[in-house]
Amino acid sequence: MTVQDLINTNLFQLINAGDDLNRDITGPFCCDLLSIAMGKAPAGCAWVTVMSNINTLAVASLTDTACIILAEDTSVDEVTLAKAKMQGITLFTTGLPVFNAALSIYQQLNP
Amino acid sequence: MENSLMSLKYHVSPTDFTRAGEASSDVKNKLKKLGVPPEIIRKVAIAMYEGEINMVIHANGGDIFVDITPDTIHMELKDVGPGIEDIDKAMQAGYSTAPDDVRSLGFGAGMGLPNMKKNSDTMDIQTVLGQGTTVIMTVNMPE
Repeated sequence: MTVQDLINTNLFQLINAGDDLNRDITGPFCCDLLSIAMGKAPAGCAWVTVMSNINTLAVASLTDTACIILAEDTSVDEVTLAKAKMQGITLFTTGLPVFNAALSIYQQLNP
Repeated sequence: MENSLMSLKYHVSPTDFTRAGEASSDVKNKLKKLGVPPEIIRKVAIAMYEGEINMVIHANGGDIFVDITPDTIHMELKDVGPGIEDIDKAMQAGYSTAPDDVRSLGFGAGMGLPNMKKNSDTMDIQTVLGQGTTVIMTVNMPE
């Protein structure tokens, strides 16, 4: 499943479409501690988190994640949104809890 | 450095979390343009970003020197911060002296130095209490 495929499912609300929508999603990854995500987020993952700040984007970019899903209706401030646009990172929000959001991605990947 | 393809220098601003990561991002982009394999770029980006964050949290910023040769990526992170009191403890996953405001941003879990070690091929820490710390890391290019 590509990032574009995930957009097309309408599972989550798209806030920013990134540069590489043909990127394959390797699997969901859940973590709110950026220190842990930095070391453990697999390249190409769909990262589900409630940690919404500018550093989340930096970690996503440096670990080469495919997209970020902000769970629990986590809001995004303007600075963070501007950074997502600038860095071409795909960003979604959802009212779902972290586990359910990750599970729905998993189910899309393993129908 | 001999055979240098590119030498880069960055200043890391103190306590500016909105800009932390800019140096690492820039190195990442430059390595991409040089055609360095993605797994090597990822290692460099993670190791350097952790170092950058450490400089912001603990050391009032500092300077980073990066030297890229056909064989290695050499990173030198220099600060004039308080120094590391106990390197063995600092190297333990989960040990952290980061303040609460840093933790609320999602950092300070005590994973920085272990992540840097894990993602580099060599790492050397020189630290003097009250004077500062220099971390030298290299990541080897594939043979």
